[in-house]
Amino acid sequence: MIHSVLYYLQRNAEEIPDHQALADESRSFSYHEYLDAVKKIACFVDRNFADGQTKRPVAVLIDRNALSVLAFLGIAASGNFYVPLDPALPVERRKVILSELAPIGILDARTDRRTEICPCPPVSEILEKEEISEADEKRFRIMTDSIIDTDPLYSIFTSGSTGVPKGVLICHRSVLDLVNAFSEVFAFGQDSVFGNQAPFDFDVSVKDIYNALYCGGRVEIIPKKKFGMPKLLVEYLAEKEINTLIWAVSAVRIVSDFRTFDKVQTQKPVNLKYVMFSGEVMPPSSLEHWMNHFPEAVFVNLYGPTEITCNCTYCIIEKPVDPDKPLSAGKAFPNTRVFLLNDKNERILEPGVVGEICVEGTGLALGYWNNPQKTAEVFTDHPEFPAYRNTIYHTGDLGYYDDEGRIYFSSRADSQIKHMGHRIELGEIEAALNALDFIAAACCLYDAQKENIVCVFQLSPLTDPEETEGPALKTKIVKAISSKLPKYMWPTRFVRMDALPLTSHQKTDRVRIREDYLAGKIG
Amino acid sequence: MKEKILEILQDIRPDVDFLNETKLIDDEILDSFDIITIASELNEAFDVDIDVADLEPYNFNTVQAMQELITELQEEDL
Repeated sequence: MIHSVLYYLQRNAEEIPDHQALADESRSFSYHEYLDAVKKIACFVDRNFADGQTKRPVAVLIDRNALSVLAFLGIAASGNFYVPLDPALPVERRKVILSELAPIGILDARTDRRTEICPCPPVSEILEKEEISEADEKRFRIMTDSIIDTDPLYSIFTSGSTGVPKGVLICHRSVLDLVNAFSEVFAFGQDSVFGNQAPFDFDVSVKDIYNALYCGGRVEIIPKKKFGMPKLLVEYLAEKEINTLIWAVSAVRIVSDFRTFDKVQTQKPVNLKYVMFSGEVMPPSSLEHWMNHFPEAVFVNLYGPTEITCNCTYCIIEKPVDPDKPLSAGKAFPNTRVFLLNDKNERILEPGVVGEICVEGTGLALGYWNNPQKTAEVFTDHPEFPAYRNTIYHTGDLGYYDDEGRIYFSSRADSQIKHMGHRIELGEIEAALNALDFIAAACCLYDAQKENIVCVFQLSPLTDPEETEGPALKTKIVKAISSKLPKYMWPTRFVRMDALPLTSHQKTDRVRIREDYLAGKIG
Repeated sequence: MKEKILEILQDIRPDVDFLNETKLIDDEILDSFDIITIASELNEAFDVDIDVADLEPYNFNTVQAMQELITELQEEDL
């Protein structure tokens, strides 16, 4: 019986030990080497952090390298769960996450460790120094055999509307379910080469790591720099023989926006079997470029928030794409139920009626780490089946059905946005802005058409008027929030008002500010 | 031209010291979205067409390099 994700690694190491499993720009690991590295890390974590404890968080300073993935699996094998941490996070945000998390240890998976972040053991040194003794082999077996599939595997932190990020906690069973569902719908195999684009603190990357383990394929971690240089990116795809892409919409669009495949000839041909994307609504025009160049490839729109383990619906794109019709999120994966509820918690069945997208199934997260209140708000009992514990997740996404029962995303029920592939709560940006002493009030909105986060603000009366003009003010605000918010959360447009309009309840009138900005009346 | 380029860059990344950085790409100071935005704004401001073939690290590592790229593209047009 399969009760942890480690099973697939152990199976592959036995059946296809020399098959290349995991590679970055400078290193490559076969399945045999992969398992060996995981054993070393698991025993190190067990001895130095956990001391026999299980189900505890271990943070990883991630990089775009194989060491990060080895650290994840090593932590998982010790019976604990991993929490990827981007070393580029602003200091204060990292502090908030670490204090929420209280990890039993941190591993440093970075290739370049010149910047000191916090004293913690480097993964590369563990791999060099540790030897696996016979006792370690035995301990490793006991540890992995002791895991049950409801044990947590990872936690990924995501933007929180009150200003504090929240950790979505996912168990082994949810990931086993995900890869089983993918393998039932898509034909991955040992020849699948997954070109990893998504950073490891995004759950899009979960699909690369575990689908590859499931099918005995290979993960090629594409260096981040390539995504700003589409020509180099395409050459990399060709050179590494990458044939499966599970990417953020924003990354797919970079390539098509520059009509890259029209202009770049690679020495070896790029050979794609699957192009899958998620995170935002893909404009049909961006997809056309890819589909024209890869007529044999299967294109798949995936939908789902982190809280249901990556994706709950999929839509295989039919050709030709109608440029005027939005892409559908499709239908539920096997063993997952996706449905719409109206504001009275009644199920919507008729096409065209908008309701909240809700999800039921094994993919549901265990909840938010150490946050029962937030968990209870969105993971509720099924309103139609109150007689037993039947949890559903309320995504906060609004959607509707077409005549064939396919789901379409329409908008958000709250002020969460998707910007450059990131999921952001506007409230978190406002919390950071309102904490600045020279700002009296700030209201953020998203201009989806121009892809701008707009900050409409009012200065504090005590602010020196000399300092309040033009680009200098923008620089001042950005510098002040950069210690709290990652770059993708910085507003890209600033509008200063003498006073923000208020509602009759004396609250900032966000609806009016938004309407006025989009109509060009302010800004 | 340099002032205009600087103004565009500063607007996109107010936190970066563009005058003194010489490895904007190599040191990953600019990310993919910055580069794409910069390319599209430079195209608009200088009426040039920065092509995918021009998106190479050496063309974007410094302000000077970007200026040379634009000059070159403008001359090609004539």
